[in-house]
Amino acid sequence: MQRSLLDFCRSVAAWIRGGLRLWVSALGLIGWLLVLPTVQAAKIGNVSESHWWGQALRFGSLADPSVRYALAGAVLLGLACGLLGAFLVVRQMALVGDALSHAVLPGVALGFLWNASKDPVAIFIGATLAGLLGTLTVSAITRTTRIKEDTALGMVLAGYFSLGMCLVTRLQKLPTGNQSGITSFLFGQAAALKPADLWLMGIVCALVTGIVVVAYKELLLVSFDPVFSRVCGLPARWFDHLLMVLLAFSVVISLQAVGVVLVSAMLITPAATAGLLTDRFHRLLPLSALLGVTAGIMGAFLSFLGSNLPTGPLMVLAASSGFGLAFLFAPRRGIIARWWREKSQSHRIARENTLKAVFHILEEAEFRSDVVSLLQLADRRRITLKISEREARMLVSHQLATMGADEASLTLTPAGWQRACEIVRNHRLWELYLTQAAQIPPDHVHDDAERIEHVLGADAVRELERRLSFAKYDPHGRPIPSLADLRRGGEKAPRPTTVAGYGK
Amino acid sequence: MNLFPTFDWHHVFVQPWTRDFGLFGWIMLMGFLVSLACGLVGKFLILRRMSLVGDAISHSVLPGLVIAFLIARTRSSGAMFVGALAAALLTTWLIDWIHRRARIKQDAAIGVVFSSLFALGVVLISLFADRVDLDQDCVLNGELALVPLMAPVKLAGWTLGPPAVVRMAVVALITVAMVVCFYKELLVTSFDGILASSLGIPSIWVHHGLMLWLSIVVVSAFEAVGAILVIAMLILPGATASLLAQRLPTRLGLNVVHSLLSSVIGLHLGVWWDCSIGAAMVVAGAGLFCLAWVFNPTNGLLWRWRRNVLEEPAPEPEVGS
Repeated sequence: MQRSLLDFCRSVAAWIRGGLRLWVSALGLIGWLLVLPTVQAAKIGNVSESHWWGQALRFGSLADPSVRYALAGAVLLGLACGLLGAFLVVRQMALVGDALSHAVLPGVALGFLWNASKDPVAIFIGATLAGLLGTLTVSAITRTTRIKEDTALGMVLAGYFSLGMCLVTRLQKLPTGNQSGITSFLFGQAAALKPADLWLMGIVCALVTGIVVVAYKELLLVSFDPVFSRVCGLPARWFDHLLMVLLAFSVVISLQAVGVVLVSAMLITPAATAGLLTDRFHRLLPLSALLGVTAGIMGAFLSFLGSNLPTGPLMVLAASSGFGLAFLFAPRRGIIARWWREKSQSHRIARENTLKAVFHILEEAEFRSDVVSLLQLADRRRITLKISEREARMLVSHQLATMGADEASLTLTPAGWQRACEIVRNHRLWELYLTQAAQIPPDHVHDDAERIEHVLGADAVRELERRLSFAKYDPHGRPIPSLADLRRGGEKAPRPTTVAGYGK
Repeated sequence: MNLFPTFDWHHVFVQPWTRDFGLFGWIMLMGFLVSLACGLVGKFLILRRMSLVGDAISHSVLPGLVIAFLIARTRSSGAMFVGALAAALLTTWLIDWIHRRARIKQDAAIGVVFSSLFALGVVLISLFADRVDLDQDCVLNGELALVPLMAPVKLAGWTLGPPAVVRMAVVALITVAMVVCFYKELLVTSFDGILASSLGIPSIWVHHGLMLWLSIVVVSAFEAVGAILVIAMLILPGATASLLAQRLPTRLGLNVVHSLLSSVIGLHLGVWWDCSIGAAMVVAGAGLFCLAWVFNPTNGLLWRWRRNVLEEPAPEPEVGS
C-alpha cells in the first residue's frame, strides 16, 4: 500500500518536473518578450519599412513592443488552445468550443459594463461565467429533453450570441464611458494586447499546461473510456467539468487576439491536423500544442507584413494551411499517400493477373514451351492486342518477364515464374479451403479466390497448407503449385513439363 | 448607469403598428419570412443531426461575397448571390469530402472548414479594404433596419416592396411548396435511410437537394439579417416545436407559429431596447424555447420538478423523437 503510494507520488513528481520545464520555458519567453529593449514604438501592422523583408527583419528583431506583445499572446493562446483542442477533437466535441466561444459574448458585454472600461479581470470573470453557463445550458437541454446535442449547441450559440449583440449595441449607444474596445472582441485585435492581458494569458496558460500534465492519465481515461474510468472510481463528471472550465478560460483569454468568431478554429484546427499525423494521443497532444503555437507565430508574422492585416484571421489561415498540407501530404493519412497506395496496389493486382494468365496458358500447353505469344495472352484475358502489349511491358519493366526479339512473345523470368506460381497456389488453396472448410460448392468459390489471391500473406498460406494437409489438387482437379515448383524457377533449363504439386 | 431605456408602452407597442407601420411592417414581414423558410429547412436538418451545417454555411459565404464583389465590381444582388451560393456549395462539399477522405469526424470537419473560409473572407476584406464596400460585422449581424429603406421593386405597375423582402417571399413560398411536394421523400430519408432505399428513393439526391436548398435559403436570408439570425432561425423553431408535439406535421405547423411569434415579439423587444432588431428576434425566439422547455405539458421542467418533489413515480413517455 505504502509502496504504491510512494510510486504514485514519484510519478506525480516526475510529471510535475516535466511540466515545469514547459511552464518555465513558456513564462521565460513571455518575460523576455516583455522586457526586451524598446527601439521604436510602432503599432503592429504599421508598415514602416519599404520592403516586406525589411518588415520581416523588424519582426525578427522584436524591437517593437506591440510585436512582442502580439507574439507572446499568440504563443500563449496557441499553446492553451492546442492542448485543450486535442481533448475536444478526440471526444468529438469540436463544436462545443464553437458554441462556448459565442456564448461568452453577453459576459464580455456585462464585464465591460462593470466599470465601463476594458478591465481585463472583470471581462475575464464575466466571460468565463457566461461561457460556463452556456455549456451548462447545453447539457441541461440534452439531459432533460430529447433534443440532440448538435441542436442544443446551435441554440445556445445563437441565443447567447444574440443576447450579447443586443447588449453590445446597447453599450455602443450609451452616452458615457469608453466603449471603443468592445468590437475588438468580435474579430480580435492582437495589436491592442496590453501587458496586463498578457499576464492573465500567462497565468491561464500555465494553469492549463499544469493541469493537463499532472492529470494527463485521468483526462486521457475519461476522454477515451468514460465507463471504465467510472469503474476505476474516477469522478468522471468532475473531470468533464474541469475540462469545460479550462476550456472557458482559454477561450476567454484568446478573445482579445482572435475574436469570438474564430476562437473555435484555434481549438479545432491544430488538433485535427495533429490527428491526421499521428494515432497516438501522447504524440497528438504535444503536436497539437506545437501546431497551435506555430500558427500563432505565423499569424503574428504575416499580419506584420501588410499595413492593414488582422492577426486573428491570419492565425486561423495559418492553422488551416497546416491542415490542408497535412490533409494532402500526411505520410499515412494524406490524400496523396492514399492515392499512391491505391494506385500501386491496383497496378500490382493487374500485373499479378497477367502473370496468372501466362501461367494458365503454359499449363494448358502442359509446360512444353516457356514462350507465350501476346496473341494468346490477349485471347486468354479477353482484351485487345494493344492492351496485352501494355500489360506485357508492365511485366518487363518489373523484371518479371522478358520480351522476344519480335516483341510478340513473352518469357517469364525466374522471379516472374515464382510470383505466378504463388498467385495460382493462393487461388487454388483458397478455393479448396472454401469447399472443404465452408462447404461452399466448387462452382461458387472462384470469384472469392480471385480477390483474396492478391492479399494472402506467407503466414496465411502456410496455415492454409497445414489445415488442408498439403492437398495436391484444387476442387477442379488441377494441381496446386508447391514450394518445390516455386523454387524450380531458379533453374535455367529445362522448364518443368508439369507442376510438381505437393508430396513430390 | 441605465443600460435599458425606460419602457414606454405607446412607443414600444402602439407606434410600430400605427405611425411607423410602413417601416416596421416590412421588418416584421422580413423576419417572419426568413424565420419561416429557415425553420422549415432547419427542421429536416435537425432530424438529420446536421444542425450545425447551417451554422458553417452562413459563416463561410463571406469569402464568396468578397470575391464576387472583386470580380463584378458592383454590389448588385445577382453577383453577390452567385458568389455566396458558390461559397455555400463549396462548404458543404468540403465538409463531406474531408469527413469522408480523412477519417476526421464531421464536427471537426465543420469547424475547420467554416472557420478557414470565414478567416479568408476577413483577410480578403482587409487586403482590399479600399475597394471592398463590405464589412464582416454586417455579414455577422445584418442590418434588418435597412431593409425597408431599399428602393421598392415595381412589377407591371404594382409596387411590391423592398427587393430583399420580395426575394425572401419568393424563396419562402418555394420552400413551403417544396416541403409539401417532397414531404414523403424528406420524411422517409430523414428517419429511415434503409426504408428509403428499399422504396427506391434516392437518399443521396435528397441530401444534395436539401443542401442546395439550404444554401439558397441561407444566402438569400443573410444579406438582410446576418449569419447569426440565420443559424438561430434554422434551429430554434424546430427545436421548440419538437418539445411541444410528436408528429411531424404538427411540428411543422408549430414551426410557423414560432416564426411568427418570435418576429413580432422580437420587433417590440428591439424597439424597446433600441438595439439590433435581428438579435432581438433571436432573443425572443430563445425566450419562447425556454418557455416551452419549462412549461410544456408533457415533459416540461416544471412538471418534472413537481413529479420529483411529490415523488410520484410517473412513467417517462418514451416516444421516438
